[in-house]
Amino acid sequence: MSVIQNVSIGLSEEQAMLLDVARGFVRDQAPIEVVRSHLETETGYDAAIWQSMVEMGWAGIALPDTVGGAGMGVGSAVPVFEALGSGLLGTPLLSTTLAGQLIWRAAGESAADWLGRLCGGSVATVALLDQADWGAANLGVALNADGTLSGAKHYVSDAGVADIFVAVANEGGAPVLAIVERDALSEAAIAPNTLIDLTKRAANVDFSGVVPAQVLRGESVASALRDTLLLGALFTAAETAGAADKCLRSITEYLKTRKQFGKLIGSYQALKHPTVDIYVGMENARSFVYHGATVVGDEALSVDAEVACRMAKVSADDVMVYAGDRSVQFHGGFGFTWECDSTLFIRRAQWAQQMYGGALHHRKRLASLLLDNR
Amino acid sequence: MSDNKAALSAFRKEVAAWMGENVPADPGFLLPLTFLEVGTEQQLDFLREWQHKLWSAGYLGMHWPSEYGGQGTDPAYQYIVDKELGKHNAPIIFNTIGLNWVGPLLLDMGTDEEKAKYVKNILSGEEIWCQGFSEPDHGSDLGAVQTRAVRDGDDYVVNGSKIWTTLGNYADHMILLARTNTNTERKYDGLSFFLSPMKIEGVEAHPIRKVTGEYGFNQTFFTDARIPASCLMGEEGGGWTVAMKTLEYERGVTAGQASGHWGVTIQIDDMIDELAQLEHDGEPLLSDPVVRDDLVSFVMEAKALSLSGRRMAIPALNSDYPMGLALSVKYRGTEYERRMKQYTASKQGAQSALYVGDANAVRGGFWQRAYFSNFGATIGGGTTQVQANIVAEHVLGLPK
Ligand SMILES: Cc1cc2nc3c(=O)[nH]c(=O)nc-3n(C[C@H](O)[C@H](O)[C@H](O)COP(=O)(O)OP(=O)(O)OC[C@H]3O[C@@H](n4cnc5c(N)ncnc54)[C@H](O)[C@@H]3O)c2cc1C
Repeated sequence: MSVIQNVSIGLSEEQAMLLDVARGFVRDQAPIEVVRSHLETETGYDAAIWQSMVEMGWAGIALPDTVGGAGMGVGSAVPVFEALGSGLLGTPLLSTTLAGQLIWRAAGESAADWLGRLCGGSVATVALLDQADWGAANLGVALNADGTLSGAKHYVSDAGVADIFVAVANEGGAPVLAIVERDALSEAAIAPNTLIDLTKRAANVDFSGVVPAQVLRGESVASALRDTLLLGALFTAAETAGAADKCLRSITEYLKTRKQFGKLIGSYQALKHPTVDIYVGMENARSFVYHGATVVGDEALSVDAEVACRMAKVSADDVMVYAGDRSVQFHGGFGFTWECDSTLFIRRAQWAQQMYGGALHHRKRLASLLLDNR
Repeated sequence: MSDNKAALSAFRKEVAAWMGENVPADPGFLLPLTFLEVGTEQQLDFLREWQHKLWSAGYLGMHWPSEYGGQGTDPAYQYIVDKELGKHNAPIIFNTIGLNWVGPLLLDMGTDEEKAKYVKNILSGEEIWCQGFSEPDHGSDLGAVQTRAVRDGDDYVVNGSKIWTTLGNYADHMILLARTNTNTERKYDGLSFFLSPMKIEGVEAHPIRKVTGEYGFNQTFFTDARIPASCLMGEEGGGWTVAMKTLEYERGVTAGQASGHWGVTIQIDDMIDELAQLEHDGEPLLSDPVVRDDLVSFVMEAKALSLSGRRMAIPALNSDYPMGLALSVKYRGTEYERRMKQYTASKQGAQSALYVGDANAVRGGFWQRAYFSNFGATIGGGTTQVQANIVAEHVLGLPK
């Protein structure tokens, strides 16, 4: 069997239409001035835009209709994230979607109440990392015999605005999911991080002494966790591919208008050919992302799906880092300014390349998946 | 299974069975890796007979009209045949310039007379075609070609020289781009396109040896060669448009080719299988972390190319950069293959230095030869650098 056996791409008509709709929404609702106006606010996003997204059903886009979701399959989140990325639009959708996947994959319809709230617009987030390593077990927060939690989680996305936290905790060596509501946490328990990407927000969260509203246990937790991390990689890749496209368009625009030595700078091949490589890389990332959207499902993710998610992440990271970096350089002195959107791109690139594991993390695992079971 | 799927699957079985019985055994002499390297009469005779056999069985140009030697089927049938040819390690189908560039071009833009005269013989292998575009002084800048064709009564008289003419020494016909007018404002408007005979007085093709040590292309000299005026395709002065259409077929931007099996199929799996046989520091090469990481990159590139082929068929997923995926296929694919072959050729320890002819060479020097041969793809048909310009200008709208 070939190492590249599965090359299916089969977004449904509904999903392809969603891409169009979501791109239109982002274009109309979130021009870059709107995005910029939230860079230094506390929440980082526009509540009215989030509300519109909820009303369009995007908060439950990846969830089945039996729990209040869109029922279009988990892959349907991909076109939405690509569109959000193409506007660099910061919202808590990624956090909420992944928290929804984690709960749903661990508890199914028995968690319909929580999932219903998510679909209705409550912001949720996964509290995963004990420290910086995405590849670690992350079982540092303990669920004690008396029912309290002890320990802190780090780099929790959108923690400042989350209503619901899904904390990965350790109960006698096994992972459990502690669902904690915002009002169980003190103000001081949430300490914001200073993120490199100003369209994103994260914080450290101290869960010590908190009694979770519910604990999800059992064998399904470990596989739900694994699949959620893979979906996190895929959705981040989709968002990043969209951002890379936006960055490419900003570069080509400048190359078509800026003149030096009496010529448009886009006629210089030292700029032109790397820009083609950004284009090609961006298309590759999109191909992997669409493939990922095709092979992930509501059931436990297959090996094909795992490979797809990891490849999507690696290719999107690679092109975004390259695009953001070249964007600064190709805009010259202006590129080095806060005013130039290159600053947003290069910052997004640095944020995205570590989320749900960077290239090193995924490539190591891909090597095993591709080469060791032939 | 739908009717169509069932029919295709039955067809695949039928073809596989036919291949099992009819793919010729190793002839005992070196066969060319691609159509660009047919260098001996022995190779030519063998490949011509094989092409004729495939066509006679109804498996070549299947989607071409039956009145011109095809079968009038859906292209999916030919695609299945091409896949099976690869799977069975069948010898290449060599009349590629005719099958994949001239044939589709004639079916697209040719007159009924031209179609009737040429297309069937392309499929049967009876007539070989070559391409006279590049000149010693004008390659990438194709619009500047200088070979002259001057109208004289019912003929054109041709003088000048073409170069890198693949199959030129065996060809019956050439698609010839020549200058019929030296006085036009735009250089392109002085060019005309001919379906020109090769086996006439005043035309001579001299073989040129390649990096691989083999032959396959030529310098073609025209000395007062008289070709009938009826060889002109399209209008006098309208040659550039026809030439550009030809390049679309050559570069795979537009579909309609008669056979995808123009070279030995080399897949990412062949690369990994080969490397799996090798050692480094006394350990299996595939346990080396650097090699493993490199292979992840190669597999991802191979997979991305396949995925992009799939995406091309889904307008909703590629309409924001019209033609973008199609125009970047050659740029990406040929460079990926070059690097993949060089990599495999270079991981064989001291054997990396052996070439075709050495009994100890890994797989007879296959990878070393394949690596060199691959430059035909990164230079021929428009170089990688020119392809990058095309993507930049036509897809991204960057200035010339
Ligand atoms: C194996 C093989 C088979 C061939 N078969 C045929 C055939 O059958 N018929 C035929 O007509 N031709 C054939 N060719 C010729 C081929 O199309 C030309 O070699 C090719 O178009 C390049 O032209 P050139 O060789 O004159 O190189 P040049 O155009 O002189 O290029 C030299 C270098 O300059 C670069 N360069 C040129 N222009 C630019 C630019 N604008 N921007 C950036 N870089 C540039 C090129 O990429 C290249 O690296 C064949 C070539 C090969 C290698």
